[in-house]
Amino acid sequence: MNNEKKNPPVRRMPSGPGNPGVPGAMGGKVRKATVKRLFSYMFQYKLHFIAVVVCIIASAATGAVSSLFLQKLIDGYITPLLMASAPDYSGLVRIILLMAGIYLVGVVATLLYNRLMAVISQGVLKKIRDDMFARMQALPIRYFDTHSHGDVMSHYTNDTDALRQMISQAIPQIFSSVITLVSVFFAMLYISVWLTLFVIAYIFVMKKVISVIAGRSRGHFVRQQEALGDLNGYIEEMINGQKVVKVFCHEEKAKEIFDGKNKELEMNARLANRYANILMPILISLGYVLYVVLAIAGALMDIGHVPNLSLTGTGALTLGMIASFLQLSRNFSGPIGQVSQQLNAIIMAMAGAERIFKLMDEEPEQDSGYVTLVNVRREGDALVETAARTELWAWKHPHTDGTLTYTELKGEVRFYDVDFGYEENKRVLHNISLFAKPGQKVAFVGATGAGKTTITNLINRYYDIADGKIRYDDININKIRKSDLRRSLGIVLQDVNLFTGTVMDNIRYGRLDATDEECIAAAKLANADGFIRMLPKGYQTVLSGDGSGLSQGQRQLISIARAAVADPPVMILDEATSSIDTRTEAHVQRGMDSLMKGRTVFVIAHRLSTVQNANVIMVLEHGEIIERGTHEALIAEKGKYYQLYTGVFELE
Amino acid sequence: MIKQLAGSLRQYRKNTVLTPIFVTVEVIMEVVIPLLMSRLIDYGITARNMNYVVGMGCALLVCAVLSLAAGVIAGHHSAFASAGFAANLRRDMYHRVQDFSFSNIDKYSTSSIITRLTTDVTNLQNAFMMIIRMASRSPLMLIFSLAASFSIDTRLSLIFLAMIPVLGFGLWFIISKVHPIFMRVFKTYDRLNNIVQENLRGIRVVKSFVREDYEIKKFAGVSEVIYDDFSKGEKINAFNMPLMQLCTYACMLLISWFGAKAIVASGGNPIGGLSTGELMSLITYTMSILISLMMLSMVFIMITISRASAERVVEVLNEESDLKNPPAPVTAVPDGSIGFENVCFTYSSLADKPVLTGIDLKIGSGETVGILGGTGSSKTSLVQLIPRLYDATAGRVTVGGVDVRDYDIETLRDSVAMVLQKNELFSGTIKENLRWGNPSASDEELVRVCRLAQADGFIQEFPDKYDTYIEQGGTNVSGGQKQRLCIARALLKKPKILILDDSTSAVDTGTEALIRRAFLAELPETTKIIIAQRISSVQDADKIIVLDDGLVSATGTHDTLLETSQIYREVYESQMKGGKVNE
Repeated sequence: MNNEKKNPPVRRMPSGPGNPGVPGAMGGKVRKATVKRLFSYMFQYKLHFIAVVVCIIASAATGAVSSLFLQKLIDGYITPLLMASAPDYSGLVRIILLMAGIYLVGVVATLLYNRLMAVISQGVLKKIRDDMFARMQALPIRYFDTHSHGDVMSHYTNDTDALRQMISQAIPQIFSSVITLVSVFFAMLYISVWLTLFVIAYIFVMKKVISVIAGRSRGHFVRQQEALGDLNGYIEEMINGQKVVKVFCHEEKAKEIFDGKNKELEMNARLANRYANILMPILISLGYVLYVVLAIAGALMDIGHVPNLSLTGTGALTLGMIASFLQLSRNFSGPIGQVSQQLNAIIMAMAGAERIFKLMDEEPEQDSGYVTLVNVRREGDALVETAARTELWAWKHPHTDGTLTYTELKGEVRFYDVDFGYEENKRVLHNISLFAKPGQKVAFVGATGAGKTTITNLINRYYDIADGKIRYDDININKIRKSDLRRSLGIVLQDVNLFTGTVMDNIRYGRLDATDEECIAAAKLANADGFIRMLPKGYQTVLSGDGSGLSQGQRQLISIARAAVADPPVMILDEATSSIDTRTEAHVQRGMDSLMKGRTVFVIAHRLSTVQNANVIMVLEHGEIIERGTHEALIAEKGKYYQLYTGVFELE
Repeated sequence: MIKQLAGSLRQYRKNTVLTPIFVTVEVIMEVVIPLLMSRLIDYGITARNMNYVVGMGCALLVCAVLSLAAGVIAGHHSAFASAGFAANLRRDMYHRVQDFSFSNIDKYSTSSIITRLTTDVTNLQNAFMMIIRMASRSPLMLIFSLAASFSIDTRLSLIFLAMIPVLGFGLWFIISKVHPIFMRVFKTYDRLNNIVQENLRGIRVVKSFVREDYEIKKFAGVSEVIYDDFSKGEKINAFNMPLMQLCTYACMLLISWFGAKAIVASGGNPIGGLSTGELMSLITYTMSILISLMMLSMVFIMITISRASAERVVEVLNEESDLKNPPAPVTAVPDGSIGFENVCFTYSSLADKPVLTGIDLKIGSGETVGILGGTGSSKTSLVQLIPRLYDATAGRVTVGGVDVRDYDIETLRDSVAMVLQKNELFSGTIKENLRWGNPSASDEELVRVCRLAQADGFIQEFPDKYDTYIEQGGTNVSGGQKQRLCIARALLKKPKILILDDSTSAVDTGTEALIRRAFLAELPETTKIIIAQRISSVQDADKIIVLDDGLVSATGTHDTLLETSQIYREVYESQMKGGKVNE
């Protein structure tokens, strides 16, 4: 449990590229590739998508027609009716029924595209989520060692959330706004070109205003996100160490630093929100100004009998036309405001998408292995592959000349002059050679950081060696398919990780088709059966939060049982019993011994008592094997091992 | 709950009140403007009265400026109020958490406190801003628009009155259907995140058992549930817009029909009956009324969603620390002697079995005491009572002859340094981390304690030595190095009592022996309590306490315990196994 719990700040927005730089129209530096890729997800719903486009057009057109309707109503019906001595309402009835029909289509179209969008957006999100998780599973251990878990988590939470908002709300909203704008614009041209010129001038003013305000807002917005990340990071760190804070009476200092960061966030949040808040009132007021300007211009044209120019030709500007145009102008400012409100959402989502795609594009674990593990049956001297589950396993090795050979899985591991470093020019292991015969117990002893765990990381190829060779049953492990290699290795780590589920599920994790009886037998072997039966529901007790209800020692016992169920020919025990007190360990020992019997076992332990009966003990120092031999031989040698060993009992 | 949250407004109360006031002005303008617009059409354009058009236009511009001013001021205040409210909430909660006792901390998981301080506060901030802006806007808009339309034409306005219940009922129906679905979705999201988290932490397990596909399937299963529920919810939500449109369009058509008839009937005279301009105003109001209803429903949804967050925040705010300073606290610890008098302890009143029972101990000042016992024998629980991290359920714990409950907590904890089993370093330099023990310690002092804790050696090997930056959680130092830094940090307090809770488990035995020797030589006055797994860590102690299942099973020196305590002997033998063969 030592360094596993790092939950660094959850950053909502990275400060890297792809971030809003240029304010204004459609979010500055959104990368084209990201947009394209996002759309490729949506285009998987091609038919849905086409239907959505059609429906949005229909819905927006209905809105525009509705504005024209007013003109028709006034000019075509109300005014003539006013003149008529005996008003005939049948025409009015017809147009109203016609409009009702159009409206109905519009409403249905709106309903349809909203429902389709729900399917598309959720489908896309599910696909992205699933892809992301599958890709993540394929990443090498190195990735997980070098990336903070909190950061990766935020891809699934914050980033996906931002995407959801964008896909399900911003995109249809913007799309529909744009279509509304276009159709309103044509409707305006249809009425009067002159008046439309005013609208065009107005668009330019509006654009300028939006870009100025959005630009200012964005600067603060980025700073707000940074301050938020900073504060959240501080909160996470402090709350995680809250007990230490208490023990050191560090509360006041912790409050002081918190208050500073909190203030910083408040200042930025306040400014960012202020600019966002005043955008709408400004746009609305500008809309009023446009209205007044248009009214005056319209009146002037009407009074001055200026010939009107419209898409349908020239003619007089009627009263209904002016009224209708004014109504249209009100429909114009609304969508612009809506689009500008969605910009932030889009920028956030794009930043999120970029982060998600970055995770997906990480280099997956390379596996060029072609030697596989298969069940075999013995026929005379030969090994014959079989689909049935036998107790006999073999490496199936296809050769370049087309022949196949089967090598029995025995569990022999050899290292030849292996060098390795986690970083390019920082060697952790030098010249490691070792030889573990099937059924042998090999122990690694040495100070923290001497490279013990690193060696085991190489055997199951969590990391690949820089130089040298590792052979497994005399096959270069690079040739073995990783999944098969790992299936043949059992590993019990110091930091136990359990999964949410019953105790039984957790044990069965070792071999999914194990029966309950087999799981219980494994638990008995690991000496875990006793305490498991004491749990409220025995084997059916549900563990959550990484088995938080159990002690560290109990969790280790379960993880030993889990490895026992897998029944692999080679086992790696990395400080597997470090949290079990020595007395209990002595009790477990018998089980451990029977667990280890007939297997090649690599043991890493602090307690020398755990490793004394090993066939060979390797003493590591600074990545080199400095001594090797049996316990007795090493004691006789009076070297480092002797010092370590006597260090334990130094006062005797 | 609301009262509690409102308490965090403090200096932003003014902004909070001003926001709706200016929003009101904005709304009034928004209602007046269409009225003026209709007049402009009726008396200006229709009458071809240019002066009227210009005059009314100017009036409109004035209104537009007023509306702009009010809107900007309201936006400003609401931004101040909501950012301030959130900051105050975070501050109140954080300060409250700082006052938590260990048992308060245990009650909440770390991640739940973090979520409350981050996500929940952000939710509340958004909801709060929405409420102070919308909650006044929508009802006012609704009332004013209704009033205005009634003033234009009472009979036509009845159409609205008929439509409001239809829309209201429709919205209510949608919300009541969707709400439970979304609540379920959020729960499922937790499950999904849990899977991701477990996979991140246990990736070595997943890979070593080759369970990638199994995990992918598990994830996809939950992901599918989210997809199903979420799209179901959104599909129902999809009725919102069309319903709104349906009502708007119906109103418009009805108003057009009846309006046209009314205009014709009145001969288009705005004084007597309905005019063209008025008809247009009515249609504008149709939009306003329906939009404000829509907004109201959004506010309503927002409130229900943020209610969960509010409850979680208030829970923290209301959490009372169960450890309080006594009224007249003792502010000096005389010496490092410790006494346990018939102490019992349970973590929670619900637990049926006490963790510690009938503990009686006397530890003299300056003694070295070892505590030994199996996993779960309550070693940690025992020592946590000394710096009063928890209060004993029954009995008395004394330090320097004074009941720990009579001390000023800070005085007590400064004198009792405890190195926790699960210890933390914080991001910052080694120096900064060490100075947690004593902010005013000199550099020489730091080196001195690090020598004692056998940390100076490896620190000197770092390129930046004492200025080496420690990453969050101390991930860039090894487990053993971390433990030694934590010990040095505790030593800096110059404590009267030093408690090491399995604090050298990752330190190799040779180094550990050096640390012990240094303690003996350099800290003779300090009472040292050492919890350990290794016999070697405690066997030279003045006194060894063997705990078993919450009871003191035996006390004595190494030699006497070997004779008298079976448990001790078993532990000893388990660690000596094989060793004897050679001796």
